[in-house]
Amino acid sequence: MTRYSFGTITAMLTVIAWRNVWRNHRRTLIMLGAIAVGVWAMIWLTAIMRGMVDQMITDSIKNLIAHVQIHAPAYRDDPSIANSMPAPSDSLQQALQDPAIQTWSTRVRVPAVISSERESAGVTLVGISPLREREMLFLAGAVTDGRYLQSPRDDGVIIGAKLAERLETRLGWRIVIMSQDPDNDIVDRGFRVVGIFDTEMEATETSYVFTGLQSAQEFLKMGSQVSELAVLTNDYRHEQPIVDKLRDAAPDLEVLPWQEIDKYLATMLNVVEGFVWVWFIVVFIAMSFGLVNTLLMAVFERTREIGLIQALGMKPRLILLQVLIESFFLLSVGLVFGNLLSWLSIIPIQDGWDISALGVEGLEYAGMSTMLYPVVQASDVILSNVVVIVLGLIASLYPAWRAARHVPVEAITRI
Amino acid sequence: MSTVICKQLSKVFGEGELAVHALSDIDLDIQSGSFACLSGPSGSGKTTLLNLIGGLDTPTHGEITVAEQRVDRMNKAQLANMRLHHIGFVFQAYNLIPVLTAQENVEFVMQLQGMHHSQRAEKSRSILNEVGLSGMENRRPAEMSGGQQQRVAVARALVSEPDLVLADEPTANLDSHTAENLMDLLVDLNQRHGTTFIISTHDKLVMSYAKRLIKMRDGKIEDDGSRQSVS
Repeated sequence: MTRYSFGTITAMLTVIAWRNVWRNHRRTLIMLGAIAVGVWAMIWLTAIMRGMVDQMITDSIKNLIAHVQIHAPAYRDDPSIANSMPAPSDSLQQALQDPAIQTWSTRVRVPAVISSERESAGVTLVGISPLREREMLFLAGAVTDGRYLQSPRDDGVIIGAKLAERLETRLGWRIVIMSQDPDNDIVDRGFRVVGIFDTEMEATETSYVFTGLQSAQEFLKMGSQVSELAVLTNDYRHEQPIVDKLRDAAPDLEVLPWQEIDKYLATMLNVVEGFVWVWFIVVFIAMSFGLVNTLLMAVFERTREIGLIQALGMKPRLILLQVLIESFFLLSVGLVFGNLLSWLSIIPIQDGWDISALGVEGLEYAGMSTMLYPVVQASDVILSNVVVIVLGLIASLYPAWRAARHVPVEAITRI
Repeated sequence: MSTVICKQLSKVFGEGELAVHALSDIDLDIQSGSFACLSGPSGSGKTTLLNLIGGLDTPTHGEITVAEQRVDRMNKAQLANMRLHHIGFVFQAYNLIPVLTAQENVEFVMQLQGMHHSQRAEKSRSILNEVGLSGMENRRPAEMSGGQQQRVAVARALVSEPDLVLADEPTANLDSHTAENLMDLLVDLNQRHGTTFIISTHDKLVMSYAKRLIKMRDGKIEDDGSRQSVS
């Protein structure tokens, strides 16, 4: 019995397979194009989709959600001043020193009514510590007229452009804010508009009015009490350990990750994860039809040649291996071009792609920005490459099996 | 000593009323070092007989022994091994692997045998020189004439020193001058290497080279005589 030298045989099959791939240049190039476009579609479109969701989550998180929120237990059911909580305890402050936490801040957040000389509207009054909120809140970058708040004691207010329009007020004018104190007595006070902010979401502009934290506490007669404590971690995808730690440090308070605060956002993230798989499989199935057809044609055209090498003593399993090597070459070269194409198409938009130029409108209503930043995850690139290679080779088993099962005498005599 | 022994060999294609008896009760004994020709009209069964001896097809009935091994009892893998180590083939056409050069085609069988690179290179160059193709080692089949391609096929068939070379109409696609050159080469190699040749043909030129001429008709051996019996 023959003792095949695996290295020698593999080297020979590799040479034959590589040259076979290039026997029909046109067909090979078309197939390579299909694989490259398929891989590009997997990587590029996934990067765009992830970018959109990432942008949406990041924007939403900056819209007063943060990564983790801490409240008094009843606050979410009734966000009134009655459900405020004390300033963070020593143990909670110690837990907030965790290096995985980027920043944190306390807020006063109560329902209120804002009135100008002509109109009034229901809003949420938010008292903030301006410096701490710079990274956590959209406000600092959204003030288009006037100034940002300077300190917790700042008693000016910043209102949205749409609200200013509705109240028929403007920068420098005074407005009156009315709310309830802890004793349920009505309190009201005049504030001067020191800034106007502009966002892509109209609801944000009409819903929130910002002032300094201490200024709000004094106005509402709530002492050092706060409505919530917002935490920004280093990565919104890995906030759970921090949530657990904060829950241990503040057992009497409600500690919630952003997924529980905004379930729609969390669902979007999960949908994208699932969609990536579906998308990869759909693209691959479309690609595999071309691959199997190409290999079947190649095998069919070489029926006599396969009969010849069988006659010379090549075993069926080696013929199967040769077709699989051909498939591997097609897939590998296609992957190289596909990855290159993906990279080349992502580089120009990595600093942001303004999709409003495509006539896309109304994204702000879905909480999305028209500036899109593609997010390329190594896991997506690896997954798309592995899917193409592994499933491609599995799909190639059929033409390879067809080649290997030829009866030599029938193959040789095939016209 | 016999290289090939066939006993009561039959091959039937199809079944029932559509059955075609390609070979019927063939008894044949080919001695080592023979240069035998199977002749006969189309459909006489000579190619079927060559295919059965070469293990490319399986008999319906009977025994085949090649190099003292029962070919009719072998499975596919054993047949592949048998062909690899004991039999060389030269076909009428499509003899070579198009993507390999002349030298690579000759080395193909030795690579399947697992022979070391340096040994392969030496043997392939030597046999190509012997068949008159020195200097054409790096040419691909498409860059060679039909005669040159057949010479490469002969070189490949002989390079691993098989017990038996089976040639099916090797001159069918060649002009008479090239065919004569090829036959001179085969006879010369037969004499120098002592390899057994069985050649199927209906070309009288080829028959004229046979030391033993086996005439077939309707799947049976009609005459098994010497070259002198060729008319």
